[in-house]
Amino acid sequence: MKPASFEYYAPRSLSEALEQISQVGDDGGKILAGGQSLVPAMNFRMAQPTALVDLNGLPELFYIHPTDSGGLMIGAMTRDRVVELDDNVKLRAPIIPECLHWLAHPTIRNRGTFGGALAHSDPAGQLPVVAASLQFNFKLQSKKGERWVNADEFFVSVYTTCLEADEILTAIEVPALSKHAGTSFQQVSRQSGESALVGIATIIELDTDGKIKNGRIAYMGVAEKPVMATEAMKLLKGNKPTDDLIAEAIHGTVTKELDPGADIHASVEYRRHLAQALGVKSVREAIARAAK
Amino acid sequence: MSDLINIKVTVNGKIYERPVEPRMLLSDFIRFELGLGGTHVGCEHGVCGTCTILFDGKPQRSCITFAVQADGHTIETVESLGTPEKMSPLQQAFQEKHGAQCGFCTPGILMTMTAFLKENPHPSEEEIREGIDGNLCRCTGYQNIIEAVKLAADNMDSKS
Repeated sequence: MKPASFEYYAPRSLSEALEQISQVGDDGGKILAGGQSLVPAMNFRMAQPTALVDLNGLPELFYIHPTDSGGLMIGAMTRDRVVELDDNVKLRAPIIPECLHWLAHPTIRNRGTFGGALAHSDPAGQLPVVAASLQFNFKLQSKKGERWVNADEFFVSVYTTCLEADEILTAIEVPALSKHAGTSFQQVSRQSGESALVGIATIIELDTDGKIKNGRIAYMGVAEKPVMATEAMKLLKGNKPTDDLIAEAIHGTVTKELDPGADIHASVEYRRHLAQALGVKSVREAIARAAK
Repeated sequence: MSDLINIKVTVNGKIYERPVEPRMLLSDFIRFELGLGGTHVGCEHGVCGTCTILFDGKPQRSCITFAVQADGHTIETVESLGTPEKMSPLQQAFQEKHGAQCGFCTPGILMTMTAFLKENPHPSEEEIREGIDGNLCRCTGYQNIIEAVKLAADNMDSKS
């Protein structure tokens, strides 16, 4: 179990990294961030990049800045553990530390990066669903320039994003949370630190009457990428949430929008059962937090 | 084979300079280049935790980091903790509470929990359980490991 050979680049500036990935990206070269998913895949030789451009020597990609609008700007190489323990993150986007708690183990989060976990686009990953529900924006840079994309565009499929071969994800913008909004992250996995069988990230905004003004619910572990519960939101929007309404709304999504697969760990029926139970729990928790 | 790259790494307070192939794992570098066999290798894909070392003071998996990435950094392995004559408080507690059976997972657990106790000197049992949830032990059932960490925390507390 040793990786195949590759050329190693350790750029000292972002412009150097962009130049290097523009040269090797089309020939199977990859970006190396925390390596907590990529290096295991290389050890198994499931991944055999011809070259790695290692971003660990670029201090300019390690930061957490509170933005004027009330959100956050997070450098792509910021370690997951640093994000998890950051006071601004706890205050402005509490769902992020909540979901990171489920991401592998502290030892892995010491090395793994915020941008890496998003760019990995793991269908059972915690950050992609949180990104989908909170509508993160992604800064993609290449030698030619930069572009911003939102979460709907960023995640394409299993381990696939809209990043081009010569692009680097350099920053993630977390939009500000409205004062009347609450969030919730829930997941079920077989054991601590394992991928989710099903997980969910919810944001609900209430109006002054306590009716649901807006919201987004994203499921993980049920498809190739985060699935938005649009059926549930259709029923919830504009209404005063009751237990019956929430259960009915989630049921609509579970039966019409989710098409989970079966594997050795869980049957289709069990995943649907989890999707219903976690959906109800998550929406209720988000509403309770929004009302505070 | 790609070109060798010269790296300079501080391991347990000693500076080592070695040429390495980029694909050499940090775990293999520690064991085979430096001859420090205390760092064990189990699953070699970041799951079992026995290869855990301190990288700039933070516990990390050495089997899913490349040696070339340690250039200019500071590594501590289980050999840094103590000697048979003068064990660290955590090692002492593992001996007293019989926290090791076959001993294969022990180096990783010692490194993980050494850093854990620095960050959280008065952990609850729940926090200890969470703290070792990334380290697999197939012998003990974890009970004596948890007892040992508790004892180490108490002993370190009464000394300070």
